[in-house]
Amino acid sequence: MGSVELPGPPRAVRPPRPARAPRPRRTIRRRALPYLLIAPTVLALAAVLGYPLVDLVMLSFQDMTRRELFSGATPPWAGLAHYRSILSDGFFWTVVGRTALFTVACVAATMVLSLLVALLMRRVSRWVRTVMTGVLVAVWAMPVMVAASIFRWLSDADYGVVNWLLGLLPGLDFSKHNWFENPWQGFAVITGVVVWGAVPFAALTLQAALSQVPAELEEAALVDGARPGQLFRHVTWPVIKPSAVLVTSLCAIWDFGVFNQIWLMRGGQPEKDYYLLGVYSFIESFAVNRYSAGAAIAVLTVLMLLGGAVVYVRQLVHLGAAE
Amino acid sequence: MNTAPRTGNAPGRRRRRATANALGLALSALMAFPLYWMLLTAFRPATEIHADPPHFWPDHLTLEHFRRALSTPTFWANVRSSVLIGVGTVLVSLLIGTLAAFALARFSFAGRKALVLIILGVQMIPLAGLIIPVYLLLSDAGLTDSLPGVILTYLVFMLPFTVWLLRGFIAAVPVELEEAAMTDGCTRLGAFRRVVLPLLAPGLVATSIYALVQAWNEYVLAYVLLSSNDKQTLSIWLLSFQTSFGTDYGGLMAGATLTALPVAVFFALVQRRIGAGLATGAVKG
Repeated sequence: MGSVELPGPPRAVRPPRPARAPRPRRTIRRRALPYLLIAPTVLALAAVLGYPLVDLVMLSFQDMTRRELFSGATPPWAGLAHYRSILSDGFFWTVVGRTALFTVACVAATMVLSLLVALLMRRVSRWVRTVMTGVLVAVWAMPVMVAASIFRWLSDADYGVVNWLLGLLPGLDFSKHNWFENPWQGFAVITGVVVWGAVPFAALTLQAALSQVPAELEEAALVDGARPGQLFRHVTWPVIKPSAVLVTSLCAIWDFGVFNQIWLMRGGQPEKDYYLLGVYSFIESFAVNRYSAGAAIAVLTVLMLLGGAVVYVRQLVHLGAAE
Repeated sequence: MNTAPRTGNAPGRRRRRATANALGLALSALMAFPLYWMLLTAFRPATEIHADPPHFWPDHLTLEHFRRALSTPTFWANVRSSVLIGVGTVLVSLLIGTLAAFALARFSFAGRKALVLIILGVQMIPLAGLIIPVYLLLSDAGLTDSLPGVILTYLVFMLPFTVWLLRGFIAAVPVELEEAAMTDGCTRLGAFRRVVLPLLAPGLVATSIYALVQAWNEYVLAYVLLSSNDKQTLSIWLLSFQTSFGTDYGGLMAGATLTALPVAVFFALVQRRIGAGLATGAVKG
């Protein structure tokens, strides 16, 4: 099941056959065919993704306000003014740091938990594996907004079950505890919902990768006296590493752009302490109507994401190197 | 199927298996608890929702929260929007995505590598970052507050993954099968329809789940683009249970259950089929 969501382990792919010098007219048609096939996709991407992307960059160099938005007039040129004021703003860097920290925490928790689940799934009985898969798929199917709603309810100050459970521990009083008063605790809840939502995808993908590890290889290593730690490091890990890198970079990219979970958990009005880059850019644009400043923040976010993107794309290209 | 390495004596192995089982079940319970709590809250009367200490087992069940959620004025209109947007996005992205995927899997042409890089690269662009220009573009085209505008936007954000996923599935279909069909007198289109398409079914199903779930879940763009209440999607509708007077958790959990239900049913229905499809020899090549 997990394998379907992902390019998966490398498959043996035959390279396309070179054309065998057919008649000229057929050659032209043959040459044109792939371009005709990709045309709709390329056009759609160019119109609704490429153009807005260029527009975003343009916008960040202009000064778009409500007036230009509604009159349709060309906004005045602002040059680097927005970038200068954003980059010299301490708050922006706080948000950048917070986003990075949040991403690292989410990705680390997701990967450790998923690897644990995936390794465990190989060792349990068949019926337990069925139960685990069922739970993972059910959690995977939960829409983000549903997950955020549930976690908001679990961590509710008055009747949340989390407060009650923590109150059972000796010496802790969590009655009426508001998790969102302290942003560190609030982000712990948000990390919880993000990790909960990401584990099924990561665990099922890693499990699919683990099924590629030849059992004979593991047995041979054990016969030769390898300890479990060594076995994992030298036999298992090399096989699943490509998938693990892929999932890690994908999770990092998603977590860096987290928006919905925060938006819903803070009831559509996140406090400044809860701004991550996505939320910050959105609020600058649509709540404060500083569209250009919001655009500049979005451009900077995309640039920062390129780091993660390079790792991800390189890994995919590497996996697809067979073709 | 026992994939665990066999070592040591039988009792030790059995004990390890038992430990693993216990750990696996404990983790499953932990993962499943939020879902259980959602259902429990949705089906129990308000007095029990606010019980202190909380009850972990169902005592009395009621449908009052569902009745309230279903009777919100825009519910059915929101369901309609969500369905239309989801289905529209899936159909169009499968249609044009399959074409591009076929080109990428079967032809070598100038610019192929660039297209692959673009397709992989655009997945990195966070949707929230592009809201402003996309909004401006659609408002120029007169497509704000309209479902086609949302479908068009979702389509573009889902196409890259669709193309990439389908490319993998098509590449796994042996090209010889197609060539044999063409030798036997099929046109390229005929060979595609008769040979590749049937084998591609699991891939199409997998891709459509992905696109459908994405469309069903998306929030920000729908929130910005759709201003009329009756055009908004279920994700936005869910937020209506939180007011400045507090949150109606019974209603919210019932609404969450209703929102999640179609996706969960869909997952459950197709899960086995995809597994079977992937396992058949023809697809593995």
